[in-house]
Amino acid sequence: MRDVAIIGVGETKIGELWDRSLRELGIEAGLKAIQDAGVRGEDVERMYIGNMSAGKLIDQEHVAPLIADYAGLSHIPSTRIESGGASGGMALSEAYKAVASGMNDIVVVGGAEKMTDVGEDEAKKILSSTADQEWETVFGATFESLYAMMARYHMDKYGTTREQLAQVAVKNHSNAAKNPNAQFPRETNKDFVMKAPVVSDPLGMFDCAPLSDGGAAVVLCPVERVDEFEGEPVEIVSMGEGGDTMAVHEREEIGTLKATQRAAEMAYERAGLKPEEIDFAEVHDNFTITEIMAIEDLGFFEKGEGGKATEEGKTELNSEISINTSGGLKAKGRPVGAVGINQAIEAVHQLRGDAGQRQVEDAEYGLTHNMGGTGASAVVHIFGRWS
Amino acid sequence: MAIARFWREIKQRYKGIGVKCGNCGEIFFPPRDICPECRRESYKKMDEYELNGTGEVITYTRVEDPHPEFEDLCPYVMAIVEMDEGVRLTGHIVDVDYDDIEAGLEVEASMRKLGEDGPEGMIYYGYKFWPIDSRRGE
Amino acid sequence: MKTKDDVGIKGYAGYVPKYRIKPEEIGDCWGEDGKTMGRGLRVESKSVPSPDEDVVTISTQAAKWAMKRAGIKGEDLEAIYVGSESHPYAVKPTATIVAASIAASPHMTAADYEFACKAGTAAFQTCMGLVSSGMIENGMAIGADTSQGAPGDALEYTAAAGGAAYVIGSEDLLAKIKETVSYTTDTPDFWRREGEKYPQHGGRFTGKPAYFKHVTNCTKKLLERTGNEPDEYDYAVFHQPNGKFPVKAAKKLGFSKDQLEPGLLVTHIGNTYSGSVPLGLAATLDQAEPGDKIMVTSYGSGAGSDSFDIEVTENITDVKEKDVPTIEEVTSNEEFVPYSVYAKYRDKIEGGR
Repeated sequence: MRDVAIIGVGETKIGELWDRSLRELGIEAGLKAIQDAGVRGEDVERMYIGNMSAGKLIDQEHVAPLIADYAGLSHIPSTRIESGGASGGMALSEAYKAVASGMNDIVVVGGAEKMTDVGEDEAKKILSSTADQEWETVFGATFESLYAMMARYHMDKYGTTREQLAQVAVKNHSNAAKNPNAQFPRETNKDFVMKAPVVSDPLGMFDCAPLSDGGAAVVLCPVERVDEFEGEPVEIVSMGEGGDTMAVHEREEIGTLKATQRAAEMAYERAGLKPEEIDFAEVHDNFTITEIMAIEDLGFFEKGEGGKATEEGKTELNSEISINTSGGLKAKGRPVGAVGINQAIEAVHQLRGDAGQRQVEDAEYGLTHNMGGTGASAVVHIFGRWS
Repeated sequence: MAIARFWREIKQRYKGIGVKCGNCGEIFFPPRDICPECRRESYKKMDEYELNGTGEVITYTRVEDPHPEFEDLCPYVMAIVEMDEGVRLTGHIVDVDYDDIEAGLEVEASMRKLGEDGPEGMIYYGYKFWPIDSRRGE
Repeated sequence: MKTKDDVGIKGYAGYVPKYRIKPEEIGDCWGEDGKTMGRGLRVESKSVPSPDEDVVTISTQAAKWAMKRAGIKGEDLEAIYVGSESHPYAVKPTATIVAASIAASPHMTAADYEFACKAGTAAFQTCMGLVSSGMIENGMAIGADTSQGAPGDALEYTAAAGGAAYVIGSEDLLAKIKETVSYTTDTPDFWRREGEKYPQHGGRFTGKPAYFKHVTNCTKKLLERTGNEPDEYDYAVFHQPNGKFPVKAAKKLGFSKDQLEPGLLVTHIGNTYSGSVPLGLAATLDQAEPGDKIMVTSYGSGAGSDSFDIEVTENITDVKEKDVPTIEEVTSNEEFVPYSVYAKYRDKIEGGR
């Protein structure tokens, strides 16, 4: 196994991008990443694209070769990776394996989702299809309701409060206010979050990440060749993947994200690092409750203490551990298949030290956590500052 | 949903028929072809097993922003229910006042309409739950 | 019609949706004095099904409970007939869905019946015939409806939802059906054309030449055939399109209000059409003692009546101990809704979801 680095990153602004198509989003992100890396088109050997549901969202399957083609790289193999909300992160891990194994050297990993070409109801239904269609959604469960039931369970069992959920949104909005690519670059307050219309009790509209369009890409290179390119490298220290039951009801402990725990354990072990050594993390906050569960299951806080830690400000920028400095899915936005790549890009900015106002001081190690569906798949990457 | 896709699961949706592992005795719903514990030893030994239809609420929510096909029931209550046999499933709790629901509430399965393929399409039926006392004059 | 000595009811149960609407609510919508309308019809409220309830779901619940009372399994049933005028499908039997849901299929026969409000008692007679002839051991007869009146039509004050299921057999009977007779003519008092959502009716024509003529002639024939006098019966159940008709018919035939009382459900749940007599009989059986005699006459527009001479056996005592709710219990869980919710639930809002 070879050590692998990210040498270039590029992302589009995230939001309701009415004037942009999926291929345009993919290409903008890809070209920015290639330019940032200082590689030429002919250096690129392979492409992976994370995408959740182009087939349903824009009636286009086989999107990886489409994006490669429009990027002027129709001659290289290009594959779409799908793992629900973890599509981007899983694409990154596939690319990482390709480079680490020695199979490929320069690999572009993109993620893109175009969610606004269908109506809002339709987009939400498509998102819900990452849960178990035959044993959950057919009975009336929405994606939000499944997370709401995890929230209720977590509240009943650990005493997590409605205010603590709201605080996740407040913090992530505060970080997004410092991120020019965020869909909602503005502050909010607890009262506003808690008074929003209920989507699925206890979750309100502002406990949910938005439906977004966006594209993101990174360029991978074996560490042994980074000197050949201009791009400022950040090392991918390790990667871990995990699985869990498809349906929430099948889980032993509904308030625990087992796939996340498994992925994290694997990533820490491979990196030889402990959770305490991580300076910042981008976690999959598709709902406020998810961030609270994730920061517990990633080992940053004791099980059941996530809500309290959030309330006490331990997850704010430059506190105990900076969580979702980018604004997270909640405020930076949720272009589903791109999310895992957006997270990696935030990690790269933090470790290069060019995250601007949201810079984590002396960041040495950062972690990204990307999750599919209601947690049946999860992937964790740990990144390290170049030394 | 396609016709055959629903038809295949009529036994499960109407009657709650799961399977019991012939090797270790564990009950599963929905049915599995092999027991996740016994794996190969359980293959072809997973026998049909009918759930008795009662259980208790583990967690719950009130859906106020449903998918369009559930709009006429809005708001409605969804829950994860642990059946007496130990298996858990997701279902709608009907005929309940949301303020009365809490973890531990005893419920009973009853067949309801789950949905339909529009006014001209097939109608899908399956289990929902109601508080066990709601039809006992209590 | 001839019956063998040993045919009758082994188990029974009813189901009524929990939602209710009052005549005042309906009247308010259409600028009528709903309260007075309700008083005239002797209806204080009527049942309203939830959007996820229909004849299949009502029948299934009633069937499960009836089987529990009868102490039989689905596979013990060799026939299921579901009588209704609001089957969810125009083509595709309700009975097959009910049969699958109670594990009666596949070695059995099944069919749907339609005869306006007496389709349920028609199913009774079919099962009785099959049992009496020895073709089957056990059959299930169900009468259930989620009937509709056109928005603004007088039927809106009464058209309701509910149903009951009966296991008909020859052994372990909780009540013997000793005699049945029918009275059938071509009388167009009420109908719904193929493809139409709401029924049409002949207004006051539905009374004298329709309901009263058929109910009285059929009942008289039964009394004549059995040689019984009205006062020999402990209870009587007549079809209940409103609270007035059955009382008037009973009086004319020589039955008292007391005999009707236990089975007179229309006041609180409305006219459950094919479910009306089956539910009324179920409520009566809930109160009956061994040896009690019950006279039953249904009515279905179009038109016909079926009458039954029923005698309760000592088994009724055991049956009551089984954990199945009585009609009173089933109907005691009520939630009143305004016209707007009723209109949504009954799919009366055009362009709605």
